[in-house]
Amino acid sequence: MITTLAIMALGAVVLGAALGYASIRFKVEGDPLVEKIEAILPQTQCGQCGYPGCKPYAAAISAGEAEINLCPPGGIDGVRKLADLLGREVKPLEAEEKPKQVAFIDEQTCIGCTLCIQACPVDAIVGAAKQMHTIVEPLCTGCELCVKPCPVECIFMQPIAENIDNWKWKYPVIEIKRAA
Amino acid sequence: MLQQLFSFKGGVKPQTRKAPSVQSPIGQVPMPLRLYVPLHQSLGGAPNPLVQAGEQVLKGQVIGAADGWMSAAVHAPTSGTVLAVEQHVAAHPSGLPTLSVVIEPDGREQWIARTPLDHRSLAPERVRELLRDAGVVGLGGAVFPSHAKLTAARTVPVEHLVINGAECEPFMTCDDLLMRERAEEIVRGAAIFRDLLAARRVLIGIEDNKPEAVAAMQLAVRRLGEDHEVVAVPTRYPAGGAKQLIRVLTGKEVPASKRSTELGVQCFNVATAYTAYRALAHGEPVISRIVTLTGNVEQPRNWEVLLGTPMRDVVALGKPKADTSRYLMGGPMMGFEIGDLAAPVVKATNCIIAGSPNLFPPNPPEMPCIRCGACADVCPHELQPFELYWFARARNFGKTQEYHIFDCIECGCCSYVCPSHIPLVQYFRFAKSEIWSREKEKQAADAAKARFELRNARAEREQAEKAERLAKAAAARTSEKKVAPAQAETVTSAALPAAEAAPATDAEAVRKAKIAAAMERARAQRAAVLPRNTEQLTAEQKQEIAAIEARRLALLTSAAQPAGSPPEALTIPEHPTE
Repeated sequence: MITTLAIMALGAVVLGAALGYASIRFKVEGDPLVEKIEAILPQTQCGQCGYPGCKPYAAAISAGEAEINLCPPGGIDGVRKLADLLGREVKPLEAEEKPKQVAFIDEQTCIGCTLCIQACPVDAIVGAAKQMHTIVEPLCTGCELCVKPCPVECIFMQPIAENIDNWKWKYPVIEIKRAA
Repeated sequence: MLQQLFSFKGGVKPQTRKAPSVQSPIGQVPMPLRLYVPLHQSLGGAPNPLVQAGEQVLKGQVIGAADGWMSAAVHAPTSGTVLAVEQHVAAHPSGLPTLSVVIEPDGREQWIARTPLDHRSLAPERVRELLRDAGVVGLGGAVFPSHAKLTAARTVPVEHLVINGAECEPFMTCDDLLMRERAEEIVRGAAIFRDLLAARRVLIGIEDNKPEAVAAMQLAVRRLGEDHEVVAVPTRYPAGGAKQLIRVLTGKEVPASKRSTELGVQCFNVATAYTAYRALAHGEPVISRIVTLTGNVEQPRNWEVLLGTPMRDVVALGKPKADTSRYLMGGPMMGFEIGDLAAPVVKATNCIIAGSPNLFPPNPPEMPCIRCGACADVCPHELQPFELYWFARARNFGKTQEYHIFDCIECGCCSYVCPSHIPLVQYFRFAKSEIWSREKEKQAADAAKARFELRNARAEREQAEKAERLAKAAAARTSEKKVAPAQAETVTSAALPAAEAAPATDAEAVRKAKIAAAMERARAQRAAVLPRNTEQLTAEQKQEIAAIEARRLALLTSAAQPAGSPPEALTIPEHPTE
């Protein structure tokens, strides 16, 4: 009887020690789910989801506080991927899906107020006080955050035109019947 | 001399239809009114324009310099005036414009100074550089810069150099005619490649439906006393694929993850060997190529065309029949439709086929896949096209990659045999370009995230600094207020700055020591870094590096010698504070 108890107690101590060690040794910093969700989000940092950036939105999704269909730049594809990852249902996007676009500054009108530079979350605008500003096009994520602050309304969004470098083969479409 | 041949899996045997275009010798296309030379004609970096509108150019003058190592230069095909450097429709499936140099020929055909060189008297790096600057690229259609393929793997010596004259695509005969008419130059070009790669054997593979080409090449090899072997390989599409021809000639199967050099094999097209020889032995860069004009035309023939000649001008020479409805660039299996004949002939244009509803009946509607497996039987890369199709159609791109979509060479065998007429290759091309673009987007998103995080860190730091400044200012103000009412206590107030000064210098000394330690660490780190990417450097670059290193060493030693005195001079300002 006592031996049995001793064996059980010993087992409990050993296993407890092992678990305790493992919880320290293999501690996971941060929430891996948030990181996975964030990897799917398009990193425009536009705030259109109502959260101040992609990471907070990812955290909110992970905590179950937010729907997965709030990210317009990610599009319906993004919603699908999130649904896949989280085992939730695919829902149509809350907002309208727009083609990819970049901001453009009309340099004639720009007064050099630096407000857009402060608004840009990804440092894609260069310029200085009372100097003309311009968008570094390859860095622009098209978040539209710079459009509102501009006091002279010289920033507008331009859809990215198809060119030979970003051209893609199209999904095959089969003509069932040729038009006459 | 008997060569054992191997076979590759799969493949099809479409009607070759090569006979009409081999009846006449290679013709010379008359000078067009305008040449539109696209700057980006090879894989790799897009060359930057070196000329401006209004400039005079000579025949063979560089108009686009190679952008980095993985790129090839572009040259003026004739002498004349540059009218513009502008966007012009490209010979590309999209039909979108690309930056091109528009040249108006002056008809004088005035060459640049051409210097014939012997590759054996030059360093291999120099030869590779010359080939890059002569714009030598794979003329089989892939337009991969050839000089980049001319470095042997460091561990594996090159056993076989395969010269690809198989030309397996139906209709196409440009390599056939080139071998018949200019065999000696091809053989000499192959010798250049052999010397650069130190290859032990040169195998020239030609499909056995081209006996004239085989005979011409054998004769040329004999006459030049070379030991290349000309091998007739069985006619079966796609025997001219690099991996397939290597398999047939050497029995080696190049795995997806490896390059053929790692197995000791390298493969070049016959036309590439020809242009390499012209570039070195005659100093002539790649400014023209042989193009087969065939299909639904009265006079099918091969033409030597200046690069940049609008396709319309070439097509007119063949007198297309009245019912011609479309034009293909490349063969019927792998080519694509040219929407606008204003597109110029480029280095990749090996064949222009005029098509009519009779010649190429419109594809019957796509029927459901019945999973018969015919596509898997003919796939030369042993893929499972029906599975790939399934996933590509469902846009399940992760799965397509699991089924090795990037091993697909888009040869079109699967579409050719599909009883349900499914345009399989189109689905694969769609999936591939979709995956590439997503990859690019992902990279852009990661970069954007990194910038966003940096920006946030910066904002936080700035805020903290500002708060600190404000706190200091506030503290100063309160201390001033305290001092002001008690002006009588002048002794203490005078003592204050001195008392503050002493710890300040202490802190200063600590900080300086820290800075010195950090600089020392940085120096050690710099010294520990070894330069990388140096194996591809040219002789000139190596010399330059050596000169810079020597200068740096001299500077270091001169700085080390009088090390005793200057630091003292630097420390002088510190002493008075004590």
